[in-house]
Amino acid sequence: MPATALDAHGAIDAVWRIESARLIAGLTRITGDVGLAEDLAQDALVVALERWPESGVPDNPGAWLMATAKHRAIDQLRRGKMLDRKHEQLGHELDAGRDSALPDLDAAIDDPIGDDLLRLMFIACHPVLSTEARVALTLRLLGGLTTDEIARAFLVPESTVAQRIVRAKRTLREARVPFEVPRGAELTARLASVLEVIYLVFNEGYSATAGDDWVRPELCEDALRLGRILAELVSEEPEVHGLVGLLEIQASRLRARVGPAGDPILLADQDRTRWDQLLVRRGLAALERAEYLAGALGPYALQAAIAACHARARTPEETDWTRITALYDALAQLTQSPVVEVNRAVAYTMAFGPASGLEIADALVSEPALAKYHLLPTVRGDFLAKLGRFEEARAEFERAAALTRNARERDLLRARAAGCARGEP
Amino acid sequence: MLLIYLDEQALSADEREQCYRESTQLAHQLDVAGQYVAASPLQPASTATSVRVRAGKRVVTDGPFAETKEQLGGYFLIDATDLEEAIAIAARIPMARRGTVEVRPVVHLADLPD
Repeated sequence: MPATALDAHGAIDAVWRIESARLIAGLTRITGDVGLAEDLAQDALVVALERWPESGVPDNPGAWLMATAKHRAIDQLRRGKMLDRKHEQLGHELDAGRDSALPDLDAAIDDPIGDDLLRLMFIACHPVLSTEARVALTLRLLGGLTTDEIARAFLVPESTVAQRIVRAKRTLREARVPFEVPRGAELTARLASVLEVIYLVFNEGYSATAGDDWVRPELCEDALRLGRILAELVSEEPEVHGLVGLLEIQASRLRARVGPAGDPILLADQDRTRWDQLLVRRGLAALERAEYLAGALGPYALQAAIAACHARARTPEETDWTRITALYDALAQLTQSPVVEVNRAVAYTMAFGPASGLEIADALVSEPALAKYHLLPTVRGDFLAKLGRFEEARAEFERAAALTRNARERDLLRARAAGCARGEP
Repeated sequence: MLLIYLDEQALSADEREQCYRESTQLAHQLDVAGQYVAASPLQPASTATSVRVRAGKRVVTDGPFAETKEQLGGYFLIDATDLEEAIAIAARIPMARRGTVEVRPVVHLADLPD
């Protein structure tokens, strides 16, 4: 392949990542069908792949793709081949006056303030879809990822992802989900679903649940990009800024939390000079915006505020643990999550000593959701050892070692149990 | 405004430290809930200076304005929707267990600086 063709393919990949969401969004508005819109956008991409290696990449590749997809849409409308539910209506408009129908299509493609993009986000994260389907569809339609890329990111077969996406599009069509931004109380509920999808995508990149790599930064970047776009489009919603703040600050530590051999490095042991200060500043600014907009902080903003306490501390000793306990108090009340309670116990130990943390942790022992959760006996063992109750601590570390599935962690826990047996904290 | 009155001699140095810690924790909890405006303990009343202007003349005397057993020892300025909420917060102030917390609504003046 000649160099120019390679350049063109590289450019097409880049353009697709940046422009495909807007393209699909505009076309969904015209056709009323996400699946058809994506087909049209893909067709335009195929034309680009044929032409650009010879003609060169146009000055405004995004506009070129839009124009090409739009012509395809118009062709299809003229030929009456569109099988979606808009067919009759649009066909009628075309019969009534071809010229008058075409400017409307022009207007439909132009979306300077991103309303179509926002509508597309809400469709891709619609509650009629399963969580997996929302994640896959969002990455495909808004992240510009291929089915293969999504499959590799989540370590599932490509056919599974392809099926999920096909089924999701069919579900949306059959449910006749309108292409619109929900309003009022519905907006808050639907927004929660969009935020959850972005959060899930980020977390899968931040601490992968499966596979050899502990982090997959590309997924974090995709989530961050979607979050930033969303924060611009629904700028009055505090939790959007809370989520973006949380993701920016978490992402600032990406370089510092993996060792040379790919092993995880815990927060207290990280080289803080390796934290990305630009991302920290962006995160703190987003959190400030959330605080300005909200009376009491929501769950994402609270997590962002906790992350901010760590980000502001130049050394672990500088950490404002008292504030962190207050933030965890609020988060625990809001989420009622036992896992949050475990973290709250750790914060209390750091702020007010192991006895206060143990009190919280002891109340969790009978919690069924934590019966197999190795972190509860791990932190209880730690608190007990700090209090000099070594025999009880040893038993907790043994229990934790039996529960964890991570070999490195099991070794560490066994070592601590052995230390307790010798009376060392 | 939550005004905290207590007998200054009632607390040992350790107890005062503990009191500051718990107050700091409460301030953070209120802040997270969007209810915090300001708070501070005050130095002992023995450090107070009272100022009056009479007939255009400034009269400055050492010591507090009133000699009573319980002195103003600190304050919390909070954002509460009603008296009930303010009372609930006042009861969480650690000094409420030893002294008295007076709950006083503030008068809102439109033209004050932020």
